[in-house]
Amino acid sequence: MHTRTLAELAAALRDGEFSSAELVGHYLDRIETLDARLNAFVTVTREQALQAARSADHARAHGQAGPLTGLPIAHKDIFCTEGIKTSCGSRMLDNFVSPYDATVVRRLKAAGVVMLGKTNMDEFAMGSSNETSWYGPVKNPWDLNKVPGGSSGGSAAAVAARMAPAATGTDTGGSIRQPAALTNTTGLKPTYGRVSRYGMIAFASSLDQAGTITASAEDAAMLLGAMAGHDPRDSTSAEVPVPDYLDALGESLSGLRIGLAREFLDDGLDPGNAAVLEQALDVLRGLGAAVVEVSLPNIGLSVPTYYVVAPAECSSNLSRFDGIRFGYRAEDPKDLTDLYKRSRGEGFGAEVKRRIITGTYVLSAGYYDAYYLKAQRVRQLIAGDFQRAFEEVDLIVGPTTPTPAFDIGAKVDDPVTMYLNDIYTIGVNLAGLPGMSVPCGFVDGLPVGLQIIGNHFDEGRLLNAAHMYQRETDWHRRLPDGFSPEPA
Amino acid sequence: MEWEVVIGLEIHAQLKTASKIFSAASTQYGAEPNTQACLVDLGYPGVLPVLNGDVVRMAVRFGLASHSSIAPRSIFARKNYFYPDLPKGYQISQYELPVVHDGWVDVVLDDGSRKRVGITRAHLEEDAGKSLHEDFHGLTGIDLNRAGTPLLEIVSEPDMRSAKEAVAYMKLIHQLVRYLDICDGNMQEGSLRCDANISVRPMGRHEFGTRAEIKNLNSFRFIERAINYEAERQIDIIESGGSVVQETRLYDSGKDETRPMRSKEEANDYRYFPDPDLLPLMLDEKMIESIRTDLPELPWDKRDRFAASYGLSDYDAGVLTTARGTADYFEAVAAGVEDAKLAANWVMGELAGALNKAGIEIEASPVGPDALQGLLSRIADETISGKIAKEVFESMWAGEGSADEIIDRKGLRQITDSSAIQSVIDQVLADNPQQLEQYRAGKVKLLGFFVGQVMKATRGQANPAQVNDLLHRSLDG
Repeated sequence: MHTRTLAELAAALRDGEFSSAELVGHYLDRIETLDARLNAFVTVTREQALQAARSADHARAHGQAGPLTGLPIAHKDIFCTEGIKTSCGSRMLDNFVSPYDATVVRRLKAAGVVMLGKTNMDEFAMGSSNETSWYGPVKNPWDLNKVPGGSSGGSAAAVAARMAPAATGTDTGGSIRQPAALTNTTGLKPTYGRVSRYGMIAFASSLDQAGTITASAEDAAMLLGAMAGHDPRDSTSAEVPVPDYLDALGESLSGLRIGLAREFLDDGLDPGNAAVLEQALDVLRGLGAAVVEVSLPNIGLSVPTYYVVAPAECSSNLSRFDGIRFGYRAEDPKDLTDLYKRSRGEGFGAEVKRRIITGTYVLSAGYYDAYYLKAQRVRQLIAGDFQRAFEEVDLIVGPTTPTPAFDIGAKVDDPVTMYLNDIYTIGVNLAGLPGMSVPCGFVDGLPVGLQIIGNHFDEGRLLNAAHMYQRETDWHRRLPDGFSPEPA
Repeated sequence: MEWEVVIGLEIHAQLKTASKIFSAASTQYGAEPNTQACLVDLGYPGVLPVLNGDVVRMAVRFGLASHSSIAPRSIFARKNYFYPDLPKGYQISQYELPVVHDGWVDVVLDDGSRKRVGITRAHLEEDAGKSLHEDFHGLTGIDLNRAGTPLLEIVSEPDMRSAKEAVAYMKLIHQLVRYLDICDGNMQEGSLRCDANISVRPMGRHEFGTRAEIKNLNSFRFIERAINYEAERQIDIIESGGSVVQETRLYDSGKDETRPMRSKEEANDYRYFPDPDLLPLMLDEKMIESIRTDLPELPWDKRDRFAASYGLSDYDAGVLTTARGTADYFEAVAAGVEDAKLAANWVMGELAGALNKAGIEIEASPVGPDALQGLLSRIADETISGKIAKEVFESMWAGEGSADEIIDRKGLRQITDSSAIQSVIDQVLADNPQQLEQYRAGKVKLLGFFVGQVMKATRGQANPAQVNDLLHRSLDG
């Protein structure tokens, strides 16, 4: 059953081909068999999942099933889940059991979705390779020596290996799209404000956005409909009506204007990736879309801008992890300062500390104007570039990453090279736009993603383009060797 | 050398909302520790602040009343520092763009003169929790009930030139926030407290001296004493050749002195930046106008009206309008009696004394305005004298009934029958021949003695004017 998409599984449940309990049991068994090789899960909630599946079957038997009832999903361990450990990939929260559900979790639960467990991630979502997790790196199912990308690497690996048909993720600078690209999954990062951030442990509040990692664009549309919408608990969630995303699928791309960002085709782009991108553009042209070149002149400033704004916000967001009320607390502190220093020193990993220090620095008196304020101005310029481009085109496309997945350990000692991995994705966060990564081919046996970027709240058009592309191609259907067969 | 003291106040007014500034938890004072702190107040992972609309309306009320500008767009910022009673590791406050700015109030001083004090700004922020250092065997307890309580920080210009002016300004703000119903003004519970910025300079000099900030003054008396102490301290330093250090100090009311706070707490770089969890606060003209329409009569307008329409002195009008409850009470009484001055005297005199002694607010007075009006009517129509009225008031206070009931029951009606009074006078003169002789020999001071005897014999009920008149005739005739 796991070779099917979420939409196909929904149909099978509806048709009574199997029950939710059978479906959920199947995925739980796959996790048990396969995850030892991948380390994609931090927590597997077997009992709760089976219980929820039986409730879903019960609801269905009583005619109370919705379109998502009984479908399994994995949540990135950044979403608070009531009564279940929510670690955020950190030693700091290794002992943290959330007393409440994040809005995303609550809404999906209310729609009848069954949680399989919590997925591994870069610590506090800070990383592009899943190597900063307290729980160890996640392996890429396409090559166990390669990283799956990050920070939603656990979710991406889980879906790529079909240990879950779909997973939630979060994307602050590419944390959904980049791992989706590296694992041959479909990643959707919605418009900033489209999905509530309540209960999603904050990394950089003005950039963080919840989204999905799925097997198809159609699956993403299904989930987004249930996740999106204004939440009175999140002031930054938009009061923009949620359209029926599924309804918008299937529309012809004829006449669609697609912009190819000139700046994305730079020297940093692997020639193999560039060739795959070119083929993807041909497919889109074949579907009737007009591909034109657009320019985002300031996009090259994205990475340095991001690495001022995001650390600044994170340095403040992570202050609450002080060893006082929850989370890791150093043993036998000799005074308050010692308690703070050692709880945070021992509870946080190196990358998190690096960003807290960077962020503290850029907000400090005397540096604020030169760094933080200037970065905010550049951010406006970058957002302006996109807005000008969207006056000419409906969607913008480009590569998701400069290269396919790299070796585990290859970049851990070189943060700047690691940061460049998000060079094509970060601008989208700075501008608050929706973006997707869609499987579009392979380079040396490793998957590559096509990034599609939409205008604010234009997820419908974005999803439709991805969907139409996936109707024309079967890249997204390909599964990694060793993870496709049914378990014995 | 003659010195001038320069004072500016930062007043923290706790806004009177049912729930906190960014969460739905209750703001009720005095609950068991940590029972009124929800996940947002506790700074749990993943939670987000949502601005309480009542808080904004209250800030705008203050802004309009204090002739200030209301910012169409203001920003909440994070003030970052670590402290156990600050759960998030930052306080949400307004920094660069406050909601209220550039206003003023006129303060009436003791000598009746008016002093204009500029309001630099008034911004919204959340309060922190409390650290409890007692009863924890060397550990510190944290109570987060207060965390997230809404505060309006009202920052004045350095316009005050004496402790008395500062206290008068503080009293005006105290009065104003209560009129506006945005703060209960309870200084003991910390609902209204202030920090005082104090510096001294030689009289006539234009530049300010180096200032010290005295934190957390929570009574009018402490404000006055702390400022006076601090000004003296600074003058002593300068006169003995030293220079004042810019620092934060605490006032110790037990020792009546100020002393420096640990400098460590000042070394913070707060790294303010706009809170990305909150959108800019946008206020349109329509909303501001609807709040303006809703403003009550302000204390200074009420004071002027009382003086003009009731014929009261500025002083009386000022006292009666100190609190809205007193003013309302007075107006209810005055509406039914001819002599507003009589009503004023009773409200400021007997009633205020009784309330003060019992320690209750005027709203809870056992003698309501209608009842007091009933009593004053009996004075006006000479049924009883003012002196007897005080006795009746005591009975009314004790819940023995209305003025008329008590007068009738106790037979306190004033004796105005001249022949009845005359016969008492005759009897008194007959009983005191010696004093009568002395009086007639020129010791006219004894008139008071005879008045006393007559009043005693009539148990105080004889009309005092008539007694005087008839006694004069009997004695001098």
